[in-house]
Amino acid sequence: MKKEIGISVLLFVLCAVTSIMNPKFLSPVNLVNTANLIGLYGVFSLGLGLVIITGGIDLSVGSMCALTGVILAMGLTEWHWSWPFATLVVLGISGLLGLTHGFLITRAKLQPFIVTLCGLLMYRGIARYIAHDSTKGFSGAEGIEPLRHFVSGKIFGLPAPFAILIVLSVIMWFVLHRSIYGRYLLAVGRNEQAARFSGINTQLVTASAYTIAGLLTGISGIMIAFYTNSVGPSNHGNFYELYGIAAAVLGGCSLRGGEGSVVGIIIGTALLLVLQNLVNLLGIDSSLNFAVMGAVVLFGVLADQLFKNRSAKKIAAPAK
Amino acid sequence: MTSPLLSMRGIGKRFPGVIALDNVSLDIGAGEVVALCGENGAGKSTMMKILGGVYQPDAGELFMDGTAVKINNVTDSMKLRVAFIHQELNVLDNLDVAANVFLGREPKNSLGLIDFKKIHAETEPLLKRLGLDVSSKTPLEKLSIAQKQMVEIAKALSLNSRIIIMDEPTSSLTLQETDRLLELVLELKKSGVSVVYISHRLSEVEHIADRVVVLRDGKNAGELPKADICHDKIVSLMVGREIKSSYTASTAAKMPGYFKVRNARSSRYPARTVEFDATRGEILGFAGLVGAGRSEIVKAIVGLDNGGSAEVTIGDKKISINKPADAIGHGIYLVPEDRRGEGLVTAMTVRENTTLPSLDKYSTFNLISKERERKVTDEQIKSLKIKTPSGEALVLNLSGGNQQKVVLGKWLSMSPKVMILDEPTRGIDVGAKAEIYRLMRELADGGGVILMISSDMEEVLNVSDRVAVMHEGKITGVLERADCNEENVMNLAVGKTISAAKSAVNN
Repeated sequence: MKKEIGISVLLFVLCAVTSIMNPKFLSPVNLVNTANLIGLYGVFSLGLGLVIITGGIDLSVGSMCALTGVILAMGLTEWHWSWPFATLVVLGISGLLGLTHGFLITRAKLQPFIVTLCGLLMYRGIARYIAHDSTKGFSGAEGIEPLRHFVSGKIFGLPAPFAILIVLSVIMWFVLHRSIYGRYLLAVGRNEQAARFSGINTQLVTASAYTIAGLLTGISGIMIAFYTNSVGPSNHGNFYELYGIAAAVLGGCSLRGGEGSVVGIIIGTALLLVLQNLVNLLGIDSSLNFAVMGAVVLFGVLADQLFKNRSAKKIAAPAK
Repeated sequence: MTSPLLSMRGIGKRFPGVIALDNVSLDIGAGEVVALCGENGAGKSTMMKILGGVYQPDAGELFMDGTAVKINNVTDSMKLRVAFIHQELNVLDNLDVAANVFLGREPKNSLGLIDFKKIHAETEPLLKRLGLDVSSKTPLEKLSIAQKQMVEIAKALSLNSRIIIMDEPTSSLTLQETDRLLELVLELKKSGVSVVYISHRLSEVEHIADRVVVLRDGKNAGELPKADICHDKIVSLMVGREIKSSYTASTAAKMPGYFKVRNARSSRYPARTVEFDATRGEILGFAGLVGAGRSEIVKAIVGLDNGGSAEVTIGDKKISINKPADAIGHGIYLVPEDRRGEGLVTAMTVRENTTLPSLDKYSTFNLISKERERKVTDEQIKSLKIKTPSGEALVLNLSGGNQQKVVLGKWLSMSPKVMILDEPTRGIDVGAKAEIYRLMRELADGGGVILMISSDMEEVLNVSDRVAVMHEGKITGVLERADCNEENVMNLAVGKTISAAKSAVNN
């Protein structure tokens, strides 16, 4: 809980500083836009966070966004699918790919890094091949307004992706912090052997985390495709997995596994996007964007580690 | 007698809570094969680790060639030309034979790079001398365990070692490989190298040793010269430690044959099967030397050994166990040997550990009720007297004894039918030990079946109602309470058949 408070304070300070230096930060347009982006990135970051809690990693997120985006756009325009069918296909594919990752990792005992790195390369290649390397949009698609409205309109006055993120976060909060499955996830991430000795089907738990991550990536893939409104298969979703990992780590997930919270992941995502917003609003050269982000993540984990070392010493001291 | 090559005098070593070595002395002559024998925990390995520079003694002196020496670390020991071949081999699988032999002291060529020509040229004759039929360029991963061991011996020879310590060198070798190793020890001896040979296999000791030194409870128990070395004399020196009897007979009504295990097979000893019957209301001890396959068999029984299997009957019901959850579903629980690695998620709280295998009991629609979790955790904390600030404390902040109680509490809250405890009190202080024994007895009196694996002779003799003794993957016999003494257990543990031993199966 301490971690979430720390990072919330950091987010608040960042927002305060930005709004003082440039009042436009608080303008409705900017806030809506930032919230929208938090929604788009937050959904896949949740999935990635879940995978990181099992002690794994998913590098295929960005490419999966590209693949699902291309299939969605082409399905709706060139193959004349109805929108419910297209949605089902996209979620089906992304869930299935996640399940495949999980299967390869738990059954074939491959390393998560390798499996999802191959995913990163393969899905990008397939997306480019299907689209003949040309950008795909939604113009000409008929009867897709309900879907477009649902994923890029407003829900209760909030940008749809943000509202969807809130709903999914609440669900994921119960899953991770209140359900049996969530407890198993944390236990498997911390000590898979002990979890196995307690009768937990650790392979199933791990594989399902990758499947959920795939599904959540599919959901954000649909939202992102409608947000950008065009899908260029060679660069759509580039680096998204790294945003997700950065958000999760900033939010308190440990790459060693067994540690992390939904609230942390969401605030981590928000922090990254506010940071980008800050770079824009303060007129910092936008080429420094990644550098700023990298520095903040580094600072965040460094501070956390120093704090941990100190409290570890405190615990160790009276024992002597 | 001329002065020995190496002489260890009055060595003492204590670890927190235990005196591992108390005034132990050992002489090793040049070209002599000395066998070091003793029960588990007698101090053999500690003694050799002091010679190898792994531990530093608290008391005593070492003399090499009559001059006093100090061994502060492994390098010092290597400088004195002592080589230590550990039971778990220290070789790097990804490097070739020559690179392993010269690891850490690679000769350089004029460019400052490793002189490969030289290391291969120097390794080849060593391999020939050892009769190892592989090239010095073979990567270690292609070699069998016996061959890897030869590489370690080659390394020892290339260091011009005068003393080679071998700790249980034959424990994972086949019969032929063992014969080859024994021959080699005799060849080494002929060429003037001394060998300290630690083994539980007394027939090997009889075969090669010039002298047997027996330790017991961290003290010298006696020596046998070449002419006197025989199985019975070694065993009689190994046993005979003073054991305080604190056995309390159980009051429970017994139901023999309540828990039956047939055809239990572990992946460690796939060609051997184990059968036994356990009585409801008893504590059945499992004794044996380290490596007898006791832990492996119980893991096979509870579905934790993917290559193992077992047929299990509780009462009259045959049950099938394919995975840990099956065993748990039938009330068969394992308290594993490796508490922190397998028994607990130490970075989680006492509460989370207590309820981990039984979360569905504390949840509605899959959502966990912390309230109900707390209730059961507090009950366990109270009844087991777990010393913890609260159920919300992280397990890693508790002492070993209290951690073990958390593992016990986890299973006790799920009304066990069969409780299997693997080294239940290892590393636990005396007070907590007594409490754990009391809990085991209560559980048995309440109608449970308790299986206790223990390498601590005192524990085996004082806690068990009957003792099953294992040797190399098989049960060599079961001792009734009246026949439970150290000598009988030891004889069965080294693979001998004795008349007092009963069959493990009732019918």
